[in-house]
Amino acid sequence: MSKVHVTTTVNGDEVEFLAEPRQSLLEVLRDELKLTGTKEGCNDGNCGACSVVFDGTLVASCCVLGVEADGKKVETVEGMATPDALHPLQQAFLEETGMQCGICTPGFLISSKELLKSKPNPSEEEIRFWLANNLCRCTGYDKIVKAVQKAAAVMEEA
Amino acid sequence: MHSFDFATPTSVSDAVAILAKEGSNARLLAGGTDLLIGMRVGRATPGLVVDAKQIPELKQYKLDGNGLQLGSAVTCRTLYEDSAVVDAYPALIESAELIGGMQTQGRASIGGNLCNAAPSGDSIPTLIVLGAEAVVIGPNGQRNLAVEDVCVAPGKTSLADNELLLTINIPAPAANSGACFQRFIPRNEMDIAIASVASSVVLSGDGSTFESARIALGAVGPTPIFAQGAGDLLAGKPVNEASIQEAADAAEAVATPINDMRGTIEQRKHLINVLTKRTLREAVARAKG
Ligand SMILES: Cc1cc2nc3c(=O)[nH]c(=O)nc-3n(C[C@H](O)[C@H](O)[C@H](O)COP(=O)(O)OP(=O)(O)OC[C@H]3O[C@@H](n4cnc5c(N)ncnc54)[C@H](O)[C@@H]3O)c2cc1C
Repeated sequence: MSKVHVTTTVNGDEVEFLAEPRQSLLEVLRDELKLTGTKEGCNDGNCGACSVVFDGTLVASCCVLGVEADGKKVETVEGMATPDALHPLQQAFLEETGMQCGICTPGFLISSKELLKSKPNPSEEEIRFWLANNLCRCTGYDKIVKAVQKAAAVMEEA
Repeated sequence: MHSFDFATPTSVSDAVAILAKEGSNARLLAGGTDLLIGMRVGRATPGLVVDAKQIPELKQYKLDGNGLQLGSAVTCRTLYEDSAVVDAYPALIESAELIGGMQTQGRASIGGNLCNAAPSGDSIPTLIVLGAEAVVIGPNGQRNLAVEDVCVAPGKTSLADNELLLTINIPAPAANSGACFQRFIPRNEMDIAIASVASSVVLSGDGSTFESARIALGAVGPTPIFAQGAGDLLAGKPVNEASIQEAADAAEAVATPINDMRGTIEQRKHLINVLTKRTLREAVARAKG
């Protein structure tokens, strides 16, 4: 099975890699592109630790093949902060202790970013439903919800 | 995951040619939320994975006076983000919004849900009660079949290895009609149905009588079940609780569930009765608009 040459855009930068078709986008991000912010949790689409934005849509990168990224845009947690500042969501997760062990955090950040893009002022119920595909093994959900609400307020003001 | 090759046909005819040559060695990849997970655990071992998503006909949908012509790879999220589709087919949207969470819905297609042929596939009862047709194409041309004739066993469809699902065609809602899908799960979201029911009704102009009805059941048999008799008995009956109870009892009678870690036979049969009543009541309410 020959490797496939893939050209894609990750966090605004054009990158190229060779991938076996069987490698997931998650594996390609971590193993080929060394972007290890995106985490592997369940590897079957349930936990959301590997969430990325793929071609403008929130997905679990374990359920996408790396070769599918050819010509597409991928956004990962590494693209959220600027050199000068954390993203308001990252700041709010820190301030509200929206993480414990931290493995689920990149996934929650990416999902929350997409939530606020589509619903800038979500209700608690909307937050919980949108984030239902993200699991926190430490069960710190209340603090995560509070952090998202705080970030939403900060971003509304900005 | 095992090694395989990857093909990205950009037309239906190219895809058909690939399948004609490869047969059971090839598998279509829509959203991959069933296929890739199945491959990871060795349940499917195709030598060639054929991406459906570069084929325009499979990624498009058209909503007009004839109904919804739904390309097989269109995602659940695409559907529920289109308010015209939401207005025309609330039951379909109830299914689409239940398939996993946001990450799943951004990839998962209704066509993949149907072709995966899970007894619990949440769009399948809905497609059955909406009278949907599957348009299938292969080396011998195109054929249309009723959606209830697609699933034949758990994980198995009546499509040949060299055929693919092109579109799912859902007729335009009739006047005075309504439909509803509900499932029972122990959580609020992100779980597999213990039992599910879709119902659709067409009422007389004054809303007093059932002209026709269709009822379909999920997760209570080797395939989703078209409970045709249960729907048919409503034709000509007054719209009241007695009629609805009669249909619910008939639906329960054709459910053939198993005991497993998710639920018991007794619970599943009871749920079919309850969900049939609830979905019929809601379908009636929607028909009265
Ligand atoms: C976390 C998670 C939660 C889920 N929750 C639910 C749920 O609540 N309810 C539910 O019903 N399902 C659920 N699923 C299962 C899955 O998401 C759905 O069945 C989904 O609709 C499958 O669509 P897909 O586009 O991803 O299909 P794929 O995985 O791409 O394909 C599924 C099957 O159909 C075949 N296929 C695809 N397209 C065609 C075609 N055009 N012609 C012929 N064959 C084709 C494939 O070869 C494969 O065998 C869940 C999955 C995950 C990962």
